[in-house]
Amino acid sequence: MTTTYTISIYSENNVGLLNRISAIFLKRHINIESLATSPSEITDVFRFVIVVNVTEPQVQKLVQQIEKQVDVIKVYYHTDEETIFQETALYKVKTNFLFEERQIQNFIKQSHASIVTVSPEFFVIEKTGFRHETEQLREQLAPFGLLQFVRSGRLSVSKAPMGISKILNSFTENNQ
Amino acid sequence: MKEKTMHISGAEAVIRCLLAEGVDLIYGYPGGAIMPVYDELYKFQDDLHHVLTRHEQGATHAAQGYARTSGKVGVAIATSGPGATNLITGIADAQIDSTPMVCITGQVGSHLLGSDAFQETDIIGISTPVTKWNYQVTQAKEIPEILARAFYIARSGRPGPVLVDITKDAQFGMLDFEYKPCVGIRSYKPVPALDQSQVVAAAEAINKAKKPLIVWGQGVILGNAEAEFKAFVEKSGIPAVWTILGLSALETSHPLNKGMVGMHGNYAPNLLTQECDVLIAVGMRFDDRVTGRLDAYAAQAEVVHLEIDPAEIDKNVHADYPVLSDCKQSLAALTELVVPKKLDSWLARFDELYAKEYEVVIEKDTKPTKEGLTMGEVIVAVNKAADSDAVIVTDVGQHQMIACRYAEFIRSKSNVTSGGLGTMGFALPAAIGAKMGAPDRQVVAVIGDGGYQMTIQELGTIFQTGVAVKILVLNNEYLGMVRQWQQLFFDRRYASTEMTNPDFVTIAKGYHIPAQKVTERKDLTSAIQEMINAEGPYFLEVAVEKEDNVFPMIPTGASLNEIRLQ
Repeated sequence: MTTTYTISIYSENNVGLLNRISAIFLKRHINIESLATSPSEITDVFRFVIVVNVTEPQVQKLVQQIEKQVDVIKVYYHTDEETIFQETALYKVKTNFLFEERQIQNFIKQSHASIVTVSPEFFVIEKTGFRHETEQLREQLAPFGLLQFVRSGRLSVSKAPMGISKILNSFTENNQ
Repeated sequence: MKEKTMHISGAEAVIRCLLAEGVDLIYGYPGGAIMPVYDELYKFQDDLHHVLTRHEQGATHAAQGYARTSGKVGVAIATSGPGATNLITGIADAQIDSTPMVCITGQVGSHLLGSDAFQETDIIGISTPVTKWNYQVTQAKEIPEILARAFYIARSGRPGPVLVDITKDAQFGMLDFEYKPCVGIRSYKPVPALDQSQVVAAAEAINKAKKPLIVWGQGVILGNAEAEFKAFVEKSGIPAVWTILGLSALETSHPLNKGMVGMHGNYAPNLLTQECDVLIAVGMRFDDRVTGRLDAYAAQAEVVHLEIDPAEIDKNVHADYPVLSDCKQSLAALTELVVPKKLDSWLARFDELYAKEYEVVIEKDTKPTKEGLTMGEVIVAVNKAADSDAVIVTDVGQHQMIACRYAEFIRSKSNVTSGGLGTMGFALPAAIGAKMGAPDRQVVAVIGDGGYQMTIQELGTIFQTGVAVKILVLNNEYLGMVRQWQQLFFDRRYASTEMTNPDFVTIAKGYHIPAQKVTERKDLTSAIQEMINAEGPYFLEVAVEKEDNVFPMIPTGASLNEIRLQ
């Protein structure tokens, strides 16, 4: 049975590592549902958050293969219940609707979205939340003609500690 | 400036790094984007010998052959674009067979990257899935640190190929050179620390076993653990069988060496994998050619898995007792805890099944009564002429299976073959490297007529270097293994497997390599002897029976129980 797993990768920030990691999924014909990359809580350590829909044995093998890469420090996988996760969406709409269609202001209020910018031609709404929340707002705004819509990859932190600093120290000790 | 540093070019730094890593021999092919390095090679030719192969693929296979017999890192070098892409087959082969190799490629100037410049190709992108690590150098000052890392990564832990791509401006650029060997990388743990509790648990399982079986792979050789392995086998008294890449780690004549597992392996090792109660896997990765149908593989057995690479644990076969570490350490620790066993009736099962295989397969292969020559009798003749002490380099196909089944060995690092990737064309260039990596040894390349013609241009390298490689082509005028499958599984529709071959003897003579062809049994022994006795390179073609098949055989996707003797 397939489940949604969030894979968290701590790594060096090297050119080409993303390619090396995505090749592991490609080789097994597994689709990446979402991908986010950013610095982590530790200086010079990079973090990837990858969402896949696979079986547990599959995710375990993916994690083993990713962790095997020289520039990867540590990899974890979690179910949705084990993480706090959010996505961010941006919606670009024609400015005149903001004033002519009262409903739009209601949608923004009800969904706790915020307006990022308003220009004479367009305004941009930002909404952070679960997939179904950003999706609901997209559906509500769609009839007014969304000029652009974009949603980020999943951002996720685990409920349990990951202890990367400790792992980095143990690597250093190992190599001395 | 500190005293220790020299102000030199990136290209010179490349050479000085190689020398600092103890490299004295590299294989390669020059071209535009790597010319600054070749210019330095010219200056350093007394210290660093460069072998010009006739194709970049040959350079990688030669580097692999060198690595496999010497235990050192093989080095191949090429230019950008096609030079680099031609390395890929050898790199992929080295990756799947865990061969330590460093490849250095030239690249267009960094200002041209991404502009589709002449001979520009994204070799980092192309080589990523088939390298242990790769890196593009765009500044001269990076060269010492990156090459130090490259060698460290290639040889440490589970070895593998590394590619370093160096832009032309980085080769021309100047740097203050100081070489520090790499001793560690914070994100990389080459050898997991041995966990004694895993050893204890594994030993308990082994000590309880009534019908234990050891299956060993190349990890024993890569870990320099032959002595520890032999001590483990001898103390425990457990029968041991090998994967194709594990071959030669334990001498053929050892009473507990019970033969090969896998698709064309021996009868007893395959069938008794399905009967053993504890299977002790040592430095092997449960390739599908070894396991056959996975869910039926050793289903009755508890599995102990001694392995250096955590990603191999549970990858194909679940390990009830994983023991992570270098097998040199784990075997020594395990040997201390195992209790000697008397396994007479279990060992008798191997003899019983061997007798059956001998009667149906081995006798016909090695002592044929029919007119046509068999590949098996040729290999037996090589054993005799070389006192079972040749390095046997094989290509891919029927001859490879027959050679691995019948070749005899008395010491390790004597079997060089393309296992995981199954690269036809591997043997001829690999034999060049194998001989250079073990110059005092007899090196015989056993090759089929198909694979021989995939890299036949390397005869030029043999002629130019004079390297004393013995080339033994077993010619059945077919792509024999594919033909065998067509016969057995495609109703004898021999689609594009018959070969109309040239006069191989004339070709060898064109390269001034002494050559002869044998077509009759009465001439075989003397011809093999002449080949073995030759001081320099020698070519021998043996015309073998055209439509012989390799047995035993486990059809693809079948379980080991379905092994066929005929």
